[in-house]
Amino acid sequence: MSTPNSPLWEVFVRPARGTNHVHVGSLHAADATLALQNARDLYTRRSEGLSIWVVRSTDITASSPEEKDAYFAPAADKPYRHPTFYTIPDGVEHL
Amino acid sequence: MTDPVSEDPRDVLPPAPAHADIAAYAIRLGDDALILSHRLSEWSAHSPQIEEDLALANIALDLLGQARTLLSYGGAFSGRSEDDLAYLREERQFTNLQLTELDNGDFAVTMVRQLLFSCYQRELYRDLESSTDAQLAAIAAKAVKEVSYHVEHASTWVLRLGDGTELSHDRTQAALEAVWPYSHELFADDELARRIADRGVGPLPSGLRPAWLGAVQDVLTEATLSLPAGDWKPSGGRKGLHTEGFGYLLAEMQHLHRSHPGATW
Repeated sequence: MSTPNSPLWEVFVRPARGTNHVHVGSLHAADATLALQNARDLYTRRSEGLSIWVVRSTDITASSPEEKDAYFAPAADKPYRHPTFYTIPDGVEHL
Repeated sequence: MTDPVSEDPRDVLPPAPAHADIAAYAIRLGDDALILSHRLSEWSAHSPQIEEDLALANIALDLLGQARTLLSYGGAFSGRSEDDLAYLREERQFTNLQLTELDNGDFAVTMVRQLLFSCYQRELYRDLESSTDAQLAAIAAKAVKEVSYHVEHASTWVLRLGDGTELSHDRTQAALEAVWPYSHELFADDELARRIADRGVGPLPSGLRPAWLGAVQDVLTEATLSLPAGDWKPSGGRKGLHTEGFGYLLAEMQHLHRSHPGATW
């Protein structure tokens, strides 16, 4: 059934201590409390999580697919930004 | 029992209760959980939202898990399995509270019924955690965490429906009026309940009511709902007397097992 009055929420779950919250999906809910409960039922029923964040989808500012080249392509030909680009001189320890 | 690593309850033979009263008591509580679980499962694919569909199914599964351990335990006294008890008894042999078998009605009826029952079950299980019967204490200790979430979920919805629009308020108040009379049976002390309390196995039902009423009233007040008046107190579930819809519920729940005895998948 459609839920015209329920906004969309993005769900982030942190699977274990010391790890980050990871986006797992989205759901409809009337408010934040219900969104959290729904997220618990939808995304942690197989012991996936220790902590849940929900964020209104409309509150997320996302980069646009059309800007993909301007945003990300320039990074592709700059391998010197990767630590693996450099050779480590002999005798350097603890690097 | 040969494999200590396995935690699947089906692999472990439950110990048998020490006394017929304890067996009957476990079956009572198991029947409550089983029948309400079945009612909730009827919402599958019919909920207002797909998210709520899963939430109700989760609660139904929690209750089914409780029913399985309670019925297995109670049945072990007389050599009956959980399936024997769930699928092969007649209407008059079920001892669940009538509240648990009430028709789902609209979403408000289902949520009010859940609030009243889960608050009761939470008080019951909290008390059972210190039961002199080790098995019941263990079952309660596990289940009380599940039930706390059921209370939270039902409260959330009753608040939003009661204190929502004029229409949702009126329908939720009507739901409360319809379901409330059946709450009295939760706290009726009968002979078995008294003997169970005397043995220190479980609480006297009437003793649970003050804490229950406090918890329920807090939610209802915030939801701008008023406690129904009236002194109609239907009862009889514990003696096998049930409401009209119960036979239909059993027919659906038992039909597969009776048509194909011992069917598994």
